Amino acid sequence: MTRKQKRLAVIAAGMGFIAVAAMLVLYAFSQSIAYFYMPADLANTPVPPETRIRLGGLVGEGSVVRGNGSTVAFSVTDGEGTVKVTYTGLLPDLFREGQGVVTEGKFEPGSDVFQADSVLAKHDENYMPKEVADRLKEKGVWAGQEQTQ
Amino acid sequence: MSVELGHYALVLALAVAILLSILPMWGARRNDQALMDIGSVAAVVLFALVAFSFGVLAHAHLVSDFSVRNVWENSHSLVPTLYKISGVWGNHEGSMLLWLLILTLFSALVALFGRNLPDRLRADALSVQGWISAAFALFILLTSNPFQRLSPAPAEGQDLNPVLQDVGLAIHPPLLYLGYVGFSVCFSFAIAALIEGRIDAAWARWVRPWTLAAWTFLTAGIAMGSYWAYYELGWGGWWFWDPVENASFMPWLAGTALLHSALVMEKREALKIWTILLAILTFSLSLLGTFLVRSGVLTSVHAFATDPTRGVFILAILVIFIGGALSLFAFRAPMLNAGGLFAPISREGALVLNNLILTVSTATVLIGTLYPLLLEALTGEKISVGPPFFNLTFGLLMVPLLLAVPFGPLLAWKRADLLGALQRLFVAAGLSFAVALVFYYDQYGGPVMAVFGLAAGLFLVFGALTDLWLRAGFGRLSTSIGLRRLAGLPRSAFGTALAHMGLGITVLGIVAVTAFETEHVVEMKPGMSVPAGGYSLTFDGMKSAVGPNYTEDRGHFTIRRGGTVKADVWSSKRLYTARRMPTTEAGIVTFGLSQVYVSLGDLMADGGIVVRIWWKPYILCIWGGALVMMLGGFVSLSDRRLRVGAPSRRARPAGPALEPAE
Repeated sequence: MTRKQKRLAVIAAGMGFIAVAAMLVLYAFSQSIAYFYMPADLANTPVPPETRIRLGGLVGEGSVVRGNGSTVAFSVTDGEGTVKVTYTGLLPDLFREGQGVVTEGKFEPGSDVFQADSVLAKHDENYMPKEVADRLKEKGVWAGQEQTQ
Repeated sequence: MSVELGHYALVLALAVAILLSILPMWGARRNDQALMDIGSVAAVVLFALVAFSFGVLAHAHLVSDFSVRNVWENSHSLVPTLYKISGVWGNHEGSMLLWLLILTLFSALVALFGRNLPDRLRADALSVQGWISAAFALFILLTSNPFQRLSPAPAEGQDLNPVLQDVGLAIHPPLLYLGYVGFSVCFSFAIAALIEGRIDAAWARWVRPWTLAAWTFLTAGIAMGSYWAYYELGWGGWWFWDPVENASFMPWLAGTALLHSALVMEKREALKIWTILLAILTFSLSLLGTFLVRSGVLTSVHAFATDPTRGVFILAILVIFIGGALSLFAFRAPMLNAGGLFAPISREGALVLNNLILTVSTATVLIGTLYPLLLEALTGEKISVGPPFFNLTFGLLMVPLLLAVPFGPLLAWKRADLLGALQRLFVAAGLSFAVALVFYYDQYGGPVMAVFGLAAGLFLVFGALTDLWLRAGFGRLSTSIGLRRLAGLPRSAFGTALAHMGLGITVLGIVAVTAFETEHVVEMKPGMSVPAGGYSLTFDGMKSAVGPNYTEDRGHFTIRRGGTVKADVWSSKRLYTARRMPTTEAGIVTFGLSQVYVSLGDLMADGGIVVRIWWKPYILCIWGGALVMMLGGFVSLSDRRLRVGAPSRRARPAGPALEPAE
């Protein structure tokens, strides 16, 4: 190989690596991106079972039922729709009825109960997950808390 | 009164920063020595002014002067003294002032220790530091003034966010900023070199200690942050691929690449243009991180919308500095002459591979972090990119790098013998597999793939030791000569070996925790027991307690092994009274390098409590490895050849076997 060919081979190998990385990124995106839904969206456009989504809204008043051990059932509502959710694990410190919440998980085939494997809440009592806050304000269900600063 | 003095000092600092931005660079263009010398004086004065200003704010926090808005919002008279001080940077305004303080500290250090630099290069670099300082001083004064007064002064403060009341937080931001902002020096030197239109191996020699120092602090800062998140948040995880974490991780990856490419440039005068670009990109990622964390764009679009000035201001700084630097690069880089040639299989080749993998993986992290933000800004669609994305892309890309690392130091410059390196690493590889297998059988089950992960981590450790072993000539020469040669190796050789070993130890920790961790979420009543990695954990009951600024419900657990009591642990749920905010304080017990981690959930009506218990085998290796990496950085920094003021070239004390490590 001449020097030029050698250099081309090296550059081609580098490009090949970048191409592999790019394909990996696209594949990972297709596998792991979770779209955000609110209960009303699910009523309009149902999500196929086994698809990972994020479901956000307010925890329904009086809906939290503790089952055996660490299993909890509650509902997520946005004023228009309500979805039942089950979750096994520790709830965040700031999980309360009437508070904003974002859950991540999927629907089992043939069931309309959302199986959450994570429940998110941040460490701030004024915090409303931003997706939830934006949408609830659009709907006029929640006016939002003014920042103290 | 004194608070106004602090404010005034900051305004003066802005004026000095503007002088520093213009005069030395103008002097360099006109070859005016007097004007260039102003740079060093101005940099030191600038640091003194910002330090004074910072000291005033710290004093206001320390004496709980609630007439200062920043103190009122982030402090409370009952907060322990340590957290009164760390409260200074536990908020937006104060942390930006800390950012500026560290930036000007680095400028002053360049001025003080850069006496052996060419005058023009130093003057230009200090001016670039002046531009950044002026931009951030203006940002603080216009949008994030920590010296605002409140009238009338409230009697009591609103308290520091309880999650931040922790020793880890007291040290994490300063360390992180020392790293983040330290890369500004590399950036300034790169811009100075582009303006001068001249660059050589000497440039790399001047920049390398700064890169190394910044990298070392950033390593420590990230590890500290990770450990803090692990024990303070009570979720048991040590890395969440949260955008805020990624914001600090990206400069680290790019900085690691820069550290290695500067090596090639220093030793072989190759990769010059690439190194300059990396220096610019690394600090750009630091700026981007500052934007992501400080603009509020991540936590809440809401906050960004109510106070858009901050976000827009930092975005403007970002665009001007990154855009300006890259434009300058585009115009000037073709003028720089390319350097030495090398074969693909060589030390240079290995370092190019290192750079390729590190920059590509930085890019994947960048894409995963920014894509959801861009998509929402452009289409309004909301998505989340979670850990699975990063684990898949970043994790897979790292595999070839981890395997290649031990080969790098064994390859010769210019043209090397891969087969020879392979033979020399044969023992290390075999040993790694053997130890990994033994380790695997010693654990309580787990995926078989873990053996390969463990072997990769061990290969890094043994590979680094092999390098030292071969350099010392053990096996070839008598032991006494070998020991003498080992002692004569340059410190940077030990630095390299330690950093690579540290990486290996971190990999070991990550693999062990991922593969062998056990987790139980159960409702426990007093007297009940749960197993955790060969130990059993018994719940004894709950108890109420009162702390200085909180009340808590504590659960007591006894840990036994084979019936004998080994340790006892408290885990609690706290309520911070001032903010009415609940937090979970995890109970953690260390056994060797492994930990038992207990986190409390909700109290049940029947007196039980939901408890989450993890067995985290060898988890301390994750941060221990980072500490070893950091140690490697410091050892390397103490190398004579890097010490500022040391002669740039000196006769090698012995034969080719003592060739410097990197």
